[in-house]
Amino acid sequence: MGAFIIRRFLWMLLVLFGVSVVTFVLMHGVPGGPFDGEKKLPPEILANINKKYNLNDPLVIQYLTYMGNIVVPRIYQGELTASQTSDYLIDIPLNENTHFQWMNFGPSYKSKSRSVNDIFRDQLPVSAQLGIVALLLALCIGIPLGMVAALRRNSRFDYLSMSVAILGVSVPSIVLGPILVWQFGVNKSFGIQLPVTGWGTPAHFIMPAFALGFASSALFARLTRASLLEVLNEDYIRTARAKGLSERTVLNVHALKNALIPVVTVIGPLFAALVTGTFVVEKIFGIPGMGKYFIDSIGNRDYPVIMGTTLLYASLLVIANLFVDLAYAWLDPRIRYS
Amino acid sequence: MSTEVQTSVRPGAQAAAPVLKLEQSKPQGYWADAFRRLTRNRMAVLGLIIIFFLILCAIFANQLAPRSYDKQVLTDNNKVPSWLPALFPSVKPVGTEGGYAKLSDTYPFGADSLGRDILSRLIYGTRVSLSVAFVGPLTSLLIGFLMGSIAGFYGGRVDNLIMRFVDLMYAFPSILLVILMMAYFRSSFNQSAPGTLAFALNQIDASFGGLFFIFVALGITSWEQMARLTRGQVLSAREREYVLAARAVGMGNRGILFRHILPNIIGPLIVAETLTIPTYISFEAFLSFIGLGVNPPTPSWGSMISDGAQALRSYPNQAIFPALALALAMFAFNFLGDGLRDALDPRMRGVS
Repeated sequence: MGAFIIRRFLWMLLVLFGVSVVTFVLMHGVPGGPFDGEKKLPPEILANINKKYNLNDPLVIQYLTYMGNIVVPRIYQGELTASQTSDYLIDIPLNENTHFQWMNFGPSYKSKSRSVNDIFRDQLPVSAQLGIVALLLALCIGIPLGMVAALRRNSRFDYLSMSVAILGVSVPSIVLGPILVWQFGVNKSFGIQLPVTGWGTPAHFIMPAFALGFASSALFARLTRASLLEVLNEDYIRTARAKGLSERTVLNVHALKNALIPVVTVIGPLFAALVTGTFVVEKIFGIPGMGKYFIDSIGNRDYPVIMGTTLLYASLLVIANLFVDLAYAWLDPRIRYS
Repeated sequence: MSTEVQTSVRPGAQAAAPVLKLEQSKPQGYWADAFRRLTRNRMAVLGLIIIFFLILCAIFANQLAPRSYDKQVLTDNNKVPSWLPALFPSVKPVGTEGGYAKLSDTYPFGADSLGRDILSRLIYGTRVSLSVAFVGPLTSLLIGFLMGSIAGFYGGRVDNLIMRFVDLMYAFPSILLVILMMAYFRSSFNQSAPGTLAFALNQIDASFGGLFFIFVALGITSWEQMARLTRGQVLSAREREYVLAARAVGMGNRGILFRHILPNIIGPLIVAETLTIPTYISFEAFLSFIGLGVNPPTPSWGSMISDGAQALRSYPNQAIFPALALALAMFAFNFLGDGLRDALDPRMRGVS
């Protein structure tokens, strides 16, 4: 198992490397640079800017400098000014005059006062919280619902919950967001008034997380139900029952783990969907997250922001896939990675 | 097949022998059976009807829409039909306390911030969504089926190579790549010189109404699943007796693949594709939402929602109606997909 993890880790690094190269090439391949605005800048200023950001160097050098700043940690001796402390994402003071610094994602071309590190520090926790809450919501609603529907097959509960599930699968966050805002933000249905925009209190979480997670929870419900029904028809369940085990034991010890395998398979791509779903939800609900920066930076040709956010999202996706594969091995002992 | 048993229940009377009436139905082929099962499924038929209605809207948009989709009457911006304040109590018409909304009945669903008729834009928007719904699966099937069937049929190193490639693409965050690539296509090909490949692709894109690159993007993100599915199916079909028989008669590889294996595995493939159509529709809406979809002024439901989201609190109709249209389309395809799956694969019926 240890060898498997190491191998997967190396594979992840390879994928991230590939993503960074492809993104870098695409970025620089698009005509239009970060400083081609409506007003054409005078050539001296343009020359200065290019020198400051090393935009005249050959692409390979630019790429290596950029990746070097991120990957290679350094020890800094001496005093740090206030603005310099935010240059690196990870800054650990070892003693008074030495700092251990790692991961500098560079400045932002568009925003003079904030570097990409600042953007990560401020916006990333918001997006991460939203995504995690949405995922937890989806898991905690969807899986139990699917389980109960499978156990009470063809009952009224089953039909009701599966109808709601089809509804959920057909209503992505693009659709659900405005509807929720309309109902609970503006119309005050059932007397509930939820805050529409902004961030800060738990009440601000409710609508966005629901808009993001509802479709996923519906998917989980349908998948869990189908898979549990299939597992319950298997021979080993019949054996377990014949042995006289209580229904609860049969379920918990034998059926559940196997039923969850297809569900876990779906979590990987679902993570990708959640991550991209945050773009939409953040725009609709006015949440200060990272989605806006990612999309805007592409239009602005803000190279460091594009690279930084792309690398971030890519790493999240590959890490999620790794956890999914590890979960496989835990759920089904027959799956062993040599 | 139905049986009817009739017995008379008068006490004391001679009990009549039960009369069994058998209704023998002709054994029909796989597809006829599947079609019968499909039409018996009410939700699937409802889905079909809705899809048919949407197709009509798309084809006859010029006749059905009251106005052109890009005609801007700036003085009419944000106008609201008179039945709207009843449905959306927060929209207060001019004249009431705190009122701001201008009423106008010439716009059935209201006008957006540039004075364009929302109903007309909804109707024209069906064109984009439906083209995506039909062409998306085709591209994904094309690429995925080719890769998967070659891998499954020839096996060995070819199989290994192709499957490694599929795994690589699977692990790659293609969504990000699609977004970057859409940005690339949109900007670079706008300023290309005639005669270059870029210009040619741009022309193709323009002739498709701006959809060509979206189709490419869809194909790129979704073929891996189809390839894996096809490979599995081909692997199991390859060992069947009819393949052996075909070889014995001297049929070549390509013949076996297209005339024997393909017709037998197409069922699960169709089911899998139909079930992913709602994700294609939603993906196109997402791309339009973030501004990387069809070029304005061509209306797409996603871009309408994005525009309407700006004015969500004051004029919710601008975002809600396209959202409902999108939900309707996805419902219909979901029901149809479920119905198709139940019809083509009866073992799975009831397992949702």
